[in-house]
Amino acid sequence: MMLERRQQVPVWLALLAPFSAITFALVLCIPLIAWGETPVLQSYGMMMQGAIGSRFALSETLSRATPLMYTGLAVAVAFQTKLWNIGAEGQFYLGAIAATLVGTGWLPLPGWLLIPIVLLAGGMAGGLLLLLSAWLKIRIQVDEVVTTLLLNFIVLLLVSYLVEGSLKDPSALGWPQALPIIEAATLPKLLGRMHWGLPIAILCAIGVWVLNRQLILGYRMRAIGLNLQASRFAGIPVNGVIWLTALLSGGLAGMGGVSEVAGLKGYLSLDLSPGFGYTGIIVAMLAQLHPIGVVFAAVFVAAIYVGADAMSRAANLPTYLADVIVSMSLLCMLISILFTQYRWRWR
Amino acid sequence: MEVLNLLLGVEFWIATVRIATPLIFGTIGELLCERAGVLNLGIEGIMTIGALVGWAAVYQGANLWMGVLLAAAVGCLFGGLHSVLTVYLGLSQHVTGIGITLLSANLAYFFYRVLLPNATTPPKIQPFQPLPLPLLSDLPLIGSIFRQTALTYLAFAIVLLVAYWLYRTPIGLAVRMVGENPQAAEAQGISVYAVRSGAVMVGSGLMGIAGAFLTLSAFDSFFINLINGRGWICIALVVFASWQPFKALLGALLFAGFDALQLRLQQEIGAAIPYQVFLMLPYVLSIIALTVMSRRSGYPKALMVPFRRGER
Repeated sequence: MMLERRQQVPVWLALLAPFSAITFALVLCIPLIAWGETPVLQSYGMMMQGAIGSRFALSETLSRATPLMYTGLAVAVAFQTKLWNIGAEGQFYLGAIAATLVGTGWLPLPGWLLIPIVLLAGGMAGGLLLLLSAWLKIRIQVDEVVTTLLLNFIVLLLVSYLVEGSLKDPSALGWPQALPIIEAATLPKLLGRMHWGLPIAILCAIGVWVLNRQLILGYRMRAIGLNLQASRFAGIPVNGVIWLTALLSGGLAGMGGVSEVAGLKGYLSLDLSPGFGYTGIIVAMLAQLHPIGVVFAAVFVAAIYVGADAMSRAANLPTYLADVIVSMSLLCMLISILFTQYRWRWR
Repeated sequence: MEVLNLLLGVEFWIATVRIATPLIFGTIGELLCERAGVLNLGIEGIMTIGALVGWAAVYQGANLWMGVLLAAAVGCLFGGLHSVLTVYLGLSQHVTGIGITLLSANLAYFFYRVLLPNATTPPKIQPFQPLPLPLLSDLPLIGSIFRQTALTYLAFAIVLLVAYWLYRTPIGLAVRMVGENPQAAEAQGISVYAVRSGAVMVGSGLMGIAGAFLTLSAFDSFFINLINGRGWICIALVVFASWQPFKALLGALLFAGFDALQLRLQQEIGAAIPYQVFLMLPYVLSIIALTVMSRRSGYPKALMVPFRRGER
């Protein structure tokens, strides 16, 4: 048995891959669901119902997908340049911190001006954080995987300090949460808990797609990801492109933090993100790093989360079930990608 | 002056060795994987599920050593999964490792909640008791350093064992060879796949024990976010140690020393500096250590390079 690389990946196969991966992950999780109090098929039915069965469920799924689009895009942009950004979680929180610093009242601007400023501040904060890791990678050859991972913990402790200290909301009855975002900086609501963070995320995805397909920078980013040495020989300013990639990737994650804090929660706290940064990796891989794919993959993953939450409540299972299913689908997706790129040859 | 007093105190050294123990297991485990050419980012999750399995086994009435053994077995199992995906199928080691971490940690949390649906305070078990070494523990001043639990002594023994094994046995040579030049190893008739996945499984077993030490010796219960980045710190320590076992031991002790000092300073200085600053120190320290050491480090040449038989 041999693996043989395909010359070109057929579109139908690339589209089939994430679906087969998620289906396979759901099948692999049957033993865990059998632990619950309802039959397996009925459980999956409830999951579907909970994710897309009603207007409320749908709006819930879409609002859950919004932060995942930002972190998924952040990871996709970085990974296609082979910049291993595992720190979207930290960049997300740093963006939320920036939004809290700018958007809690001392800047008396009207909404149409303040919202872009808040988004930009969050994006800059996240971008600069990843720039630090990229700088260490290029200048000192420190592996960015480790630094981005460790920075996640550092930023989370910074958040913990701020929400208990200088940014603490005195009217929150001792609960550690930051001052609320003022009305003018809040992203307007759309439907249910959905807010303007969603269309902005989709715009970002389109922007990244245009960058990838139409602009020289995007071409250079992908070239570096495919072959660093060749790109250098071809005269691509490799370091500069990696720095821009870091700014863009971290910036997207930071904007995700802004969207979540200024669109959904309204204030910064330690439970703003249940691991959106890490789930972003799964979203990006399910989308095979394609920016438009990220939008759909984020909705898919969010549907699993929302659906599994509803199902695990009904079947009396721990809510970590959703995390298990989603991380299982990452591993299945990696195998699916292999199948799309290679064909098995028997001989 | 106070810092000096702290450093001279015996409690400080006892704490250093205790904090170092899981880091030694984890770092040596990761070192084995990386010497064979496989980056194992699954470490954080494998430590988590090792901690859970060890604790859960003892909680259900098993012997403490049985708990350790089961934790190691589960570690091996996930190491096996990692090696199937990265060694045999040649998938991206970064992404697979993160996937292993997410899967194993979330499985651990899932089963913890299945086991204890409504527990607010985690139930405790009877952990390993300190085992004074004969003669050494009777020494004046430093004697009490040798009153650690059995797993700590095991950690030091593992360093010796792995160092001997890597540098003085044919299997160790094969492990280093597949990490440096898998094509040459293949030409020598060594199965690159088998050696790599063997090293990853043994290394992951050690990571499982690292987790079990936390629930069976350092603490006496399991809780969410128990590992809290210790796995990532081990990965930094491997780089810091230039992929050498004794330097890894030294790095783990040095790091643990700083951590122990930080914990004591936190009590001394108290409210003057926010406690989050102290908690940040280990992570900041790891990044600084990486920055200082990375230029000089001699990493395995085939690290993160997938090997496919018959391909160049």
